[in-house]
Amino acid sequence: MLGALACVVLALIAGMIFFVFQKAWPSFTHNGFAWFSPWAGGNVDDELVHIFESPGEPSQYVYTMHAWPLIYATVLITFCAVVIATAFALLSSMFIVEFAPEGIRRVLEPVVRLLAAVPSVIYGLIGILVIVPFVGNHLVTSGQKDSVAGVIQLNGFSIGVGILILTVMITPIMIAIVVDALRAVPVGWREGSVSLGVNRWRALWTVSVRAARPAIVAAAVLATARALGEAIMLSMVTGSVGFAPNPLDGLIFFYEPGRPLAATIVDNAEGLSVVPFAQTLYAYAAVLLISAGFLSFTGWYIRRRLRRYTLSPI
Amino acid sequence: MSTPATTDSRAASLRRRLQGSKLPKLPRRNRDVLSEEEMVAWPFIDRLGVALAWFCGLLLIAISASIVIYMLVRGIQYVKLDALGHHPVVQSTTTITGTSGGYLDPIEGTLILTTLGTLIALPIGVATAVWLSEYGRPAWLARAVESGVEIVAGTPTIVLAIFGLLIFSKSAFGFLSFTAEGGAVFGRSFFIAGIMMSLIALPLIVGATREALQSIPAHVREASYSLGKDKISTIRRVLIPASRKGIATGTTLGMGRIAGDTAIVVILLGASLTLEKQGSTPVIGTLKGTGSTLTSYVYNNSPAGEGNAPQKAYAAAFILLVIVILMNFVVDLIARKGSDPWAR
Repeated sequence: MLGALACVVLALIAGMIFFVFQKAWPSFTHNGFAWFSPWAGGNVDDELVHIFESPGEPSQYVYTMHAWPLIYATVLITFCAVVIATAFALLSSMFIVEFAPEGIRRVLEPVVRLLAAVPSVIYGLIGILVIVPFVGNHLVTSGQKDSVAGVIQLNGFSIGVGILILTVMITPIMIAIVVDALRAVPVGWREGSVSLGVNRWRALWTVSVRAARPAIVAAAVLATARALGEAIMLSMVTGSVGFAPNPLDGLIFFYEPGRPLAATIVDNAEGLSVVPFAQTLYAYAAVLLISAGFLSFTGWYIRRRLRRYTLSPI
Repeated sequence: MSTPATTDSRAASLRRRLQGSKLPKLPRRNRDVLSEEEMVAWPFIDRLGVALAWFCGLLLIAISASIVIYMLVRGIQYVKLDALGHHPVVQSTTTITGTSGGYLDPIEGTLILTTLGTLIALPIGVATAVWLSEYGRPAWLARAVESGVEIVAGTPTIVLAIFGLLIFSKSAFGFLSFTAEGGAVFGRSFFIAGIMMSLIALPLIVGATREALQSIPAHVREASYSLGKDKISTIRRVLIPASRKGIATGTTLGMGRIAGDTAIVVILLGASLTLEKQGSTPVIGTLKGTGSTLTSYVYNNSPAGEGNAPQKAYAAAFILLVIVILMNFVVDLIARKGSDPWAR
């Protein structure tokens, strides 16, 4: 009986993957590789408008969609946020486990849980009402604004703000896992290295952190999944322009707007009643779903490969 | 490792009790905090590492303190206590007057949705965890269910939301929302949002319950079998009561996630500010209807939404933050006070 219930959960997931792909299929087949291609060109926002306004006849539906700017923004924001958050979370966990005085540690643990629990819409609200105006009015110089005025408007809504807030959002998730793993490392291992004359930082870095590598990978995978799917906060602060910021522009690049896939779905949710438009949005969802599945598989594989170096239970 | 920690907390509680009764303080235990003298001979790179670790830890405290204090200031500034009991008023202008309605409906919406999602997720989650931990055969099926739950945990909520819209817009599910003339099912209601919300809480409940079940020593099960109980009654009478703490922690975490989620609410709850009933049946009508929650209220009143009334957004966000902090506190309380009969 309980097994049947577990099977229902499984069937639900299979159904989710099946139905989303079935719905998304026309968008992929009409565009072929151009859907993903960085060289396809075209303006995503114009394409979305055309799809939205396509005629009612099913044979005349418009499907042209070159989603590269959205994919690029997703990958860019996720990658930067996860890299920064991994370093941040690792150092904070080491602080909590080894260096923090008792008083600070007692404060830090609930603080980490609180930061993990704050809803993304509150982060988004603070971003859009405090950080975005600050960046737009004080950090971006008018010279920088003029230099790209023909292409894009720099008003503070930017991928940089998105990366910053996303880092704060995913760091606590990682800290919770990494702290547990660092604490699970047998004390004798570290004591052994300290007794050989290594100082406490090196002992922690070369023994505990190494032994906790599978957990660090697990944490990074979880954080990546969270970052990929973050829609509300990013749709609020990254400017909602289907634009691919160019790293060759220099520092200004972080002030440029963009829009990841998940935020695009939220922004355009009103259009779900238009058939080809909905199919395009489900195509975004399918890409996100595939990435989530792929990510969980990669995490499992890397953890399995690293397991022989460690005793950690994860 | 565990012994010094418990004696330490015991000493702390003893000290607290003693301080209350005005007896002389116990001497503080000497903690092995890294001292400056110890670091003098370290290579520069190691000292830099320690400094960075300190910086990151203090930065975390600073970030959360600034968020909480900022929201507190804004909340005190804009929350009007009498507005808690009033329905929101739909306004076409963005000007704010003192009487622009309250947050009653969003608060009700959050409560309804959290209750509904938890009620659906709790039995399914506990049952799945029990099956995984106590039965788990055939092994390939258990492995598949396990990765299935992991995939649900990794799926973006926005994907869950539009998947829900896709499924529940089919005419077979018309009874869960309202059907427009012409047979099109609207596919947005409290029922539907609650069902999809339960998927957010599910992995948390499964994970926490499973962990609690696996931490029960095998001899407890054997003792129960030796008294003549079969597997099902062992699960019902021994294992589930013993893992109550884990279940409660997972559920509360799940409730926090449901209360804080926006994407599903924006897409699956319709866009109405007040609770719109469907039909005249009292409870079912509300659940079949559309509404708003605090999260969608914040989103719609932020500059990103249609409302653009930051004051209202701040006020609702403050209430939401208070709810989330309370839930956090409850988790803390459960973790500390909860009975864990086989803990050493």
